[in-house]
Amino acid sequence: MARIWKFGDHVDTDQIVPGRFAPFMRPNEDVGSAAFIEAHPDFNKQAQPGDILVAGENFGCGSSREYAPLALKRRQLGAIIAKSFARIFYRNAINLGLPIFVDAVAVEILEDGEQVDLNLVTGLLARSSGSIELPPLPEFAQKIVQAGGIAAYVRQTGKFPIGTSS
Amino acid sequence: MTQSTFNPLPETTVRGTGLAGARIGQTMSEQIFSQAAGRPVKVGDLVVVTPDVAMGHDSLTPSIIKIMREELGIQNVHDPHQVVLVLDHVAPSSTVAVANAHNVIRQFASEQGIRLFEVGRGICHQVLVEEGIARPGQIVIGSDSHSTSYGAVGAFGTGMGSTDVALCWGTGKAWFRIPETMRIRVSGRLGFGVYAKDLALKLCRMLTIDGATYEAIEYQGMSWMRLEERQTLASMAIELGAKAGLFSPEGLEWNTISTPDWLTIEDTAVYSKTVDVDLEALEPQVAVPHHVDSVVDISEVVGRQIDVVFLGTCTNGRAEDIRQAAEIVRGQKLRTRLIVSPASSRELQKTIADGSLNTLLDAGATLTTPGCGPCMGRHQGTLGDKDVCLSTGNRNFRGRMGSPDSEIYLASPAVAAATAVCGSIADPRTLR
Ligand code: SF4
Repeated sequence: MARIWKFGDHVDTDQIVPGRFAPFMRPNEDVGSAAFIEAHPDFNKQAQPGDILVAGENFGCGSSREYAPLALKRRQLGAIIAKSFARIFYRNAINLGLPIFVDAVAVEILEDGEQVDLNLVTGLLARSSGSIELPPLPEFAQKIVQAGGIAAYVRQTGKFPIGTSS
Repeated sequence: MTQSTFNPLPETTVRGTGLAGARIGQTMSEQIFSQAAGRPVKVGDLVVVTPDVAMGHDSLTPSIIKIMREELGIQNVHDPHQVVLVLDHVAPSSTVAVANAHNVIRQFASEQGIRLFEVGRGICHQVLVEEGIARPGQIVIGSDSHSTSYGAVGAFGTGMGSTDVALCWGTGKAWFRIPETMRIRVSGRLGFGVYAKDLALKLCRMLTIDGATYEAIEYQGMSWMRLEERQTLASMAIELGAKAGLFSPEGLEWNTISTPDWLTIEDTAVYSKTVDVDLEALEPQVAVPHHVDSVVDISEVVGRQIDVVFLGTCTNGRAEDIRQAAEIVRGQKLRTRLIVSPASSRELQKTIADGSLNTLLDAGATLTTPGCGPCMGRHQGTLGDKDVCLSTGNRNFRGRMGSPDSEIYLASPAVAAATAVCGSIADPRTLR
């Protein structure tokens, strides 16, 4: 079972990992240990691998720092479900192979602290009372997530996961 | 651009449901990506193209090198001329770890034959424009969200994460989805004591922090603006969530840089929305803690106590910003700390030459190395608990400049100067 951690709208990258905790500033420490270190200390201390982060609009706004989604990936977050994502965060999360879902209705329904089961392949999220079907990622993004990230995809296939022009 | 002979204009006819035979124009983003792709592209297309420039700064370059070498298994950059490196975020180094990271970058630059701008040369976004590296019609990506700044010269500038930049360094390429474009049109001119920064903050107020997510912005009706003012606006396009913020190069004076003749604003292009702003009615604007879109007219916050004023950043750290502040501060004593971080060494030199830097120092200001200064809270003025700062920068998220218990207001250099003189938020129009 995975715990739901619920956040509000406009969670910015400074909340996910403050600039002062960047890998560049602390090269010998795991950036995962800094996830929400100031903005949500309970998450920082208690989040377990597989847990699911649920957020409102514009999750991950602010800087381009990839170490924000990287910190969540290092914590082995099961998925992020949000009403919407900021552009660079969305791109970075897919590039890193972090499963993300855009589903405003699910965000309204899910409650903080709830225990659920998420099947990443089918997108089926089982709750104690019924289940929710999450919408799939765009096809190219699925390819990237399945390969474990875009770096792995390009390394394995020698090409970009979209278009014919490469 | 390598495909400079391709002209997209004749081929983009009759799209959508316009009158039969009517030509539907391209947005600036469509024009730029059509050139880069060598075929006409339209909104929603996914393309893989070769960016003209892929910039990395000190804060992320070590991780980019690591991803390129360890995750992609590529040892050398595809094209050293495509890559530019700038040491600006924590420069000069503040700790042994940062110093070692800088040395890793220096070593990489020299072994790969990549241009490196050293500590003190300035903020990446200022340096790339000053050096003529970011040019009209180009695609410029950077490991930094404020890479939208290059839109000031008519380049499609956009920020990407370390993995995207590593992919570009290693393969020469990057993937893009051609964004929708919203246009921002202004009428009238900025009044006394009102600046491009006030317009940038007003746009945050009107459109909110995600008002332009996944979209590009075109700024129209602003060909009278100086380059510096365009940089202020384009740098803050990301504060609306935008992918890029583009000005037509029209009205800019270039010494050496030519504008491609295919790059222009086309009235018949399809825009997702149009936002009109009357500059005559614009008041000085202030963003209050802790969101860039929590913006009010200055009259609502006049008198709030401020401990430290920060004059700098890629948004407002140029010579004209320092000059505007000096005009207000001249002959006065400061009632707050005032930290000045020029955007580049050249901008610093201009303010030495015209005496404006000295005016600020006389009043009690202090100067840091040209670069990002305390903007990210890592050095040269990190905020402590309960510190209240008024900054000319672009972000006031909680903890951005240091302690999560500190507060940041954002405003123009003129408001910053008036505030430093008064010790509390002040309207520059009442001081002159
Ligand atoms: S000045 Fe601030 S916003 Fe601009 S590039 Fe530097 S850290 Fe980023």
